[in-house]
Amino acid sequence: MNITFRLNGETLALRDVAPTTTLLDWLREERGLTGTKEGCNEGDCGACSVMVTDAQGAQALNACILFLPQLDGKSVRTVEGIAAPDGTLHPVQQAMIAHHGSQCGFCTPGFIVTMATAHLNGARDHDTQLAGNLCRCTGYAPIIRAAEAAQAAAVPDHMQDRPPEGTISPPDHEGFRPKSGDMLAAWYQENPQATLIAGATDVGLWVTKSFRDLGKVAFLNGCDDLRGIVQTAEGLRIGAMTTLSELESAMAPLYPSFAAMIRRYGSVQVRNAATIGGNIANGSPIGDGPPALIALGARLHLRRGDARRDMLLEDFFLEYGKQDRQPGEFVEAITVPNQVDRLKCYKLSKRFDQDISAVCGCLSITVSENRVEAARIAFGGMAGTPKRASQTEAALIGSEWREATIRAAMQMMRADFQPLSDMRASADYRMQTAQNMLLRYWHEDQGASANVLEVRP
Amino acid sequence: MSVAKPLPHDAAHLHVTGAARYVDDTPVPQNALHLAFGTSPVAAGRLNGMDLDAVRHAPGVIAVLTADDLPFDNDVSPSNHDEPLLATDRVHYVGQPLFVVAATSHLAARKAARLGDIDITPTEAILSIGAALAQNSRFEDGPRIYGRGDVKAALSGAPNSLSGQLHIGGQEHFYLEGQAALALPQEDGDMVVMSSTQHPTEIQHKVAEAIGKPMHAVRVETRRMGGGFGGKESQGNALAVSCAVLARHTGRPCCMRYDRDDDMIITGKRHDFRIDYNVGFDAKGVIRGIDFTHYARCGWAQDLSLPVADRAMLHADNAYFLPAVCITSHRLKTNTQSATAFRGFGGPQGMLGIERVMDHIAAHLGLDPLAVRRANYYTTNGAVQSTPYGQAVEDFILTDMTDALIKSSDYHARRKAVAAWNADNPLLKKGIALTAVKFGISFTLTHLNQAGALVHVYQDGSIHLNHGGTEMGQGLFQKVAQVAAARFGVDVAQIKITATDTGKVPNTSATAASSGSDLNGMAVQAACNTIRERMVELLAQHHQCDSAGVTFSNGQVTVAGETYTFAEVAQMAYLARISLSATGFYKTPKLDWDRIKGQGRPFFYFAYGAAVTEVVIDTLTGENRILRADILHDAGASLNPALDIGQIEGGYVQGAGWLTTEELMWDDDGNLRTHAPSTYKIPACPDRPDIFNVALWQNENREDTVYRSKAVGEPPLMLGISAYAALCDAVQACGSSYGDLQTPATAEAVLAAVTRARGEG
Repeated sequence: MNITFRLNGETLALRDVAPTTTLLDWLREERGLTGTKEGCNEGDCGACSVMVTDAQGAQALNACILFLPQLDGKSVRTVEGIAAPDGTLHPVQQAMIAHHGSQCGFCTPGFIVTMATAHLNGARDHDTQLAGNLCRCTGYAPIIRAAEAAQAAAVPDHMQDRPPEGTISPPDHEGFRPKSGDMLAAWYQENPQATLIAGATDVGLWVTKSFRDLGKVAFLNGCDDLRGIVQTAEGLRIGAMTTLSELESAMAPLYPSFAAMIRRYGSVQVRNAATIGGNIANGSPIGDGPPALIALGARLHLRRGDARRDMLLEDFFLEYGKQDRQPGEFVEAITVPNQVDRLKCYKLSKRFDQDISAVCGCLSITVSENRVEAARIAFGGMAGTPKRASQTEAALIGSEWREATIRAAMQMMRADFQPLSDMRASADYRMQTAQNMLLRYWHEDQGASANVLEVRP
Repeated sequence: MSVAKPLPHDAAHLHVTGAARYVDDTPVPQNALHLAFGTSPVAAGRLNGMDLDAVRHAPGVIAVLTADDLPFDNDVSPSNHDEPLLATDRVHYVGQPLFVVAATSHLAARKAARLGDIDITPTEAILSIGAALAQNSRFEDGPRIYGRGDVKAALSGAPNSLSGQLHIGGQEHFYLEGQAALALPQEDGDMVVMSSTQHPTEIQHKVAEAIGKPMHAVRVETRRMGGGFGGKESQGNALAVSCAVLARHTGRPCCMRYDRDDDMIITGKRHDFRIDYNVGFDAKGVIRGIDFTHYARCGWAQDLSLPVADRAMLHADNAYFLPAVCITSHRLKTNTQSATAFRGFGGPQGMLGIERVMDHIAAHLGLDPLAVRRANYYTTNGAVQSTPYGQAVEDFILTDMTDALIKSSDYHARRKAVAAWNADNPLLKKGIALTAVKFGISFTLTHLNQAGALVHVYQDGSIHLNHGGTEMGQGLFQKVAQVAAARFGVDVAQIKITATDTGKVPNTSATAASSGSDLNGMAVQAACNTIRERMVELLAQHHQCDSAGVTFSNGQVTVAGETYTFAEVAQMAYLARISLSATGFYKTPKLDWDRIKGQGRPFFYFAYGAAVTEVVIDTLTGENRILRADILHDAGASLNPALDIGQIEGGYVQGAGWLTTEELMWDDDGNLRTHAPSTYKIPACPDRPDIFNVALWQNENREDTVYRSKAVGEPPLMLGISAYAALCDAVQACGSSYGDLQTPATAEAVLAAVTRARGEG
């Protein structure tokens, strides 16, 4: 494939790029830019963070799971491009030296890029901004001190990247980067065996870890009409290519608990790349998007060629690894019906940030005149698919809204789920905590404090 | 003077610009080859054969070697010659290297390495401590036993007694830079190796054996590592040896780095332990007698397991006087990765055992655990008590440090506030704990306590500094440069810090056991003193004055009222044909240790520290978080307070991670299921304490160390034990039964402990 992008201010046109070449390998092996480090090669450590600027602005992304064609029409800034062209250090670089923010220094370039990107964007929630950058030496305290020290400094001019015009390349034998949903629909119908690549936060690992041959690929990030969120008569329609970062912003005023969970979905770098469409189409039983959307009663919009159909999101997940999706059909959007917010999302993982859920429980229980009027309770990590707790819901609906009802319904969870044991949690723990999430919902509804993240020293 | 200044890390400006060069960043010639291992998919079995045709025919593959193809020694063990580079007739763990592929790219090598058709007849794998015990699968003939006094009598005579069992999880180093090496073949079969290693001499030694050359034919260079933590003390051997063997075989430069998953699956980790205990104590919780049994899961090869398990025994007392004590240590051989050095080197496990006993006693007696701890501290009332292994504890400063920390952290008021908060919160519970650290400084293998240095002064006054220590991020190079600058009275900027190089300083010890500054600082000081004395002699002669009147400071040398720049003096010395190059050497004094008897003085001195941690737990899920940590740590007269505080902050978080979120899981077939950051969770930025106060205890080392400083690499890791103790405290707030919190204290473990504390378990 042919692409055009800007690297540290210089416009580059590359021809015949193998579509699954990662930016990290290209930077280090072809370009000799070894400042960007490989720490894990799976998007979990942030050592390879780069800043990518497009029409939406500047974002930190993991270069290890970023394929070159995803960069067409964008600007990339690596650690080598953070200091000014005359060598003057960026404020975050100066602060990291002054505050002893580096020890072994291997994670430092990634931190510098993420910090400089946050600095450019005026973000001051440093813990959240840096949760995707692992450091094994410092214990993070001096890094945060550096971020705070630099936050008020002016953004250096050279950090304002302008993205170049991309290359319009026609489909070839390796892949395609369509510019619209229509182009994608037509091409995919003709190439139903192809692999669709949205944010590559999962597909990236198929390449870097599993060495899977993806066959022909389509990069969807040129399809601007597949991204974005609009209010329709049916509710909030969310385009499949909407990133988790964008979804978090959109959900914050409507469903704050959902937004709070998305803040813990991956890291800034992952949320900037990952799309809600990818999260759904993937069908993972431990993806965090589907349980919340199912609890909100979301509908899924699929498209194949010119044919469209929609369904309740929960009906899309048939069994482990199997979704109700035809060859050549793709996720176009989801719609979340308008409703009064009763949603609570409980994401349980070994580490709070940047960790895959052992159990993700999303509960929306509507109470009217002290009776449960409706209940939508969905879990990830409890079955081979994201799944509703139907019998638990049935035990709640119509009953009086009191603790005894909750405790009785908790027992029904065993009829709904037979979870597995794995490295994230045992089956017993999954069951016990899934039940307790219902109890937590009750207590929180009564005004009790039940979130350790909200406790201050 | 340059010592005691909080200067930044010497490479900080290179770190932040991406210009700091690590092994894999080294530009290599176009024809360089990249290596990858094909590994065993089976934990234990007979290796019948391997069909590697598909590997050989994979794109980019240039060479594939098996054990039969190795020209000389097939061994990468740092100790016992029991660790073949490539498996011969048997396989011993999932991930054991079977063959090595050399290809034209890293990716091509990795892809090809998966194509081997391996014929193994599986045999029964010994995976657990229980299975190893049942089959008497162990290193050494039987358990090591250290102790003193009549423990049986003490236990039976004590008013109270308890017994318990603690599982202590292992820990993955998770250095951000994975293992890496590069070999550049030279004329006449010589080899230059660049290695991300804490132990260049060991790499030199193993490479020399593997290519059939004397050590003089191999030069190893290490400028920096992207983290080590003990994981690069012996685990780099396999990569460096492979590169050298393939470089010899092909005549081409060879480099190798592990992909993160390979790194975690192939290399050793911190030993997981089980510790059983029986303890007898009085009404105040003072221990009368204690019996510990340590079970260390060592993995398939001996590696450094014996000294690791020894050090666990040597820290079974931590800060407490144990009048009658027996420590029995089993070193168990299992079909898992060969457990290896990790910051603390067994000390953390031994220490956690006794800290757990303190909490158990306190829970039993209903006392503040801190009161029990203090009641058992080594005495400071005149008499000098000794450790279970007979070393006098002459400088026990923890009583004063604890008082100071109680005050600065407001411990007592906060303990009350925690109790009040818990009374108001049915679902969430807080806990608070103060734990202390007493850590022995010196290699327990006495001959390792030596170091060398090489210092050149050039005629322009610039100084070239080299020593046997390696830089893994701890700031060793800067601290040692500060020592050199202080000796010559010049600015640190005048000193060029150079890569560790076996051709400059030979026969070095690993940079380990927190010894880097103590040993190399002294060796560099000796080298600098030699050159300085030559300069002094010249000037004193020239000015016909007493040598005592020559002073070096602020970049100037003053003699008999006259002042020269340091560069002028260097020039004078050169013209006077005086050597401006010197080696320096140091060996630690006062050591006397018999590891078989378990008696003597293994440590030159102790380093101390104490920490207060406050946590909160969720009784519905076990989710937990550190809210605040207050630390007071003893670095002696610090060579560089900023770097030392960095070690303390980082050590605490790493220690807390070990005991909370970092969980290693193997399945029933011996596959490590947590082999990437997606499944193995080291602390992330938001996991550090919300409030994090770290201070240095102002105190000179009573022993004659470099500028009276103390070692600081390992001890702070064990301050993280206070996080575990605080979690125990929070668990005990949930009920009146003993919660028996196991480690790592994941959310799942905490919830199980809460259930037990409520008597529902």
